[in-house]
Amino acid sequence: MRKTIVASVLGVVTLVVPLSGHAADPAPFTLKSVSVNLPTDSRLFPPGPNVETVNNNCLTCHSAGMVLNQPPLSKTAWEAEVHKMIDAYGAPVQPLDVPLIVAYLDSINGAKSEGSPPMH
Amino acid sequence: MAPMTPCASSSRRRLLQIVGMAGLGLATSRVRAAETSVRFSPLLPGGPDERPLTTAFPQKGPMILQRTRPPLLETPFAVFDKGVFTPNDQFFVRWHLADIPNEVKVDTFRLALHGHVNQPMSLTLGDILALPRVEIAAVNQCSGNSRGYFMPRVAGGEWANGAMGNARWAGVRLKDVLDRAGVKAGAVQVRLNGLDGPVLPATPKFMKSLDIDHARDGEVLIAYEMNGAQLPLVNGFPIRLIVPGWYSTYWIKMLNDIEVLDKPDDNFWMTKAYLIPDTPHASVKPGETGYKMVPINRMVPRSFITNIEPGAKVRVGVPTLARGIAFGGASGVARLDLSADGGSTWQAAQLGPDEGKYSFRQWQTHFAVPAAGQRLLKVRCTNTNGDSQPDVANWNPGGFMRNVIESTQVVVS
Repeated sequence: MRKTIVASVLGVVTLVVPLSGHAADPAPFTLKSVSVNLPTDSRLFPPGPNVETVNNNCLTCHSAGMVLNQPPLSKTAWEAEVHKMIDAYGAPVQPLDVPLIVAYLDSINGAKSEGSPPMH
Repeated sequence: MAPMTPCASSSRRRLLQIVGMAGLGLATSRVRAAETSVRFSPLLPGGPDERPLTTAFPQKGPMILQRTRPPLLETPFAVFDKGVFTPNDQFFVRWHLADIPNEVKVDTFRLALHGHVNQPMSLTLGDILALPRVEIAAVNQCSGNSRGYFMPRVAGGEWANGAMGNARWAGVRLKDVLDRAGVKAGAVQVRLNGLDGPVLPATPKFMKSLDIDHARDGEVLIAYEMNGAQLPLVNGFPIRLIVPGWYSTYWIKMLNDIEVLDKPDDNFWMTKAYLIPDTPHASVKPGETGYKMVPINRMVPRSFITNIEPGAKVRVGVPTLARGIAFGGASGVARLDLSADGGSTWQAAQLGPDEGKYSFRQWQTHFAVPAAGQRLLKVRCTNTNGDSQPDVANWNPGGFMRNVIESTQVVVS
């Protein structure tokens, strides 16, 4: 077994030990350092009552997309989500802001007015 | 294999206009590269079922954007018709916490080994590459893949069927790495931890644990290679855990810390999150309470038609090719059966090359329908353990482990 380190490239001629019966490429495998930019998302929540409270509290840890991709959920389900963020993930939401955030999430749930999904 | 019929998701062009302000009173606008959106097929019940298709992520091709930060990227389903190995640049991406390093230097990266071991140590990537290399083809599937099809719907990542992928992974056995440090008698679990972290100090760090015997079974790997290349950063560069047959939540990305525990892990992500009902198919009734919950673990069999879109037209009496992928979960694919009459009668499909028991396996068969009308095509995988997919979808509040027999409606004329 041979190991070469050149600048920030690691390479090795490996001892091949197939686990599932496949012969591996005998060429040396190298790892190269990676530096990238992950995209940011500056999108705010759509306008509505209490939207400032939602923008101020919810965008610290995640972008808006996942919230806006949720299916029609009951107000109880949205309350549970907000409390999960506080209780499980430590979101510093002021108690007085909780009902404002829940009311906003409940209000943007447009598809809900068309009826809840049928029970299976 | 060459697609027989076009399998592109129905998509339409959408221009995103980005308006930026530059300098006092000067507004500039530019049109970013045209992006498409995709509509899931089948549709997610109750919606919303449209998502942007993004090429904004480094080292990634077109991906369905579920969430930008932390990234949730889904593989467009048409990719699965092209072969059993999912290209790295279209392999799904799922992060829990948003503090993700955007740079990893191979010469300064270290993997720490500590806890209930004889000799705590810090390994370089060179140390890891010097260990015996092993390869395995294995499906990596999110616990919540297909959550968007749960009825009633549940909160969470609203994936269609593309939060899964199959790759040929190469790396070293976790066992061999643990042996470098020497596991002490009385070890119970091994906790895996990556470079990613929370935005808020109060948020629990994402860590998962495997029982010591599982960690040392010789199949659990630390992979530095994915389909012959290094991992894309968002798929866990430089090394990630590979837990064949188990859901992706255990496949810790950017693995940089291994702690051997002498008592069961009580961290949030093992005791509060990723729990399933301890019931057949992890299924309960909506609203049901009082059942035992256990950490999610082994995958279950699934199969998909990849070359026929819902609503596709089929000619009466003409043999039509159906093909797709199947996987057994925690064991190999024993058989794949297709029904062209909604599940009344089944015919065995021909299985493609066996790439290993944890891999996707291609299948294909021809079917003919004798009369015009709407028909439901169904596919059912049975694994080598004798388990097959259920007729009725499971349900649990987490939206985990969906593996119902998939149905594709076709129009016969």
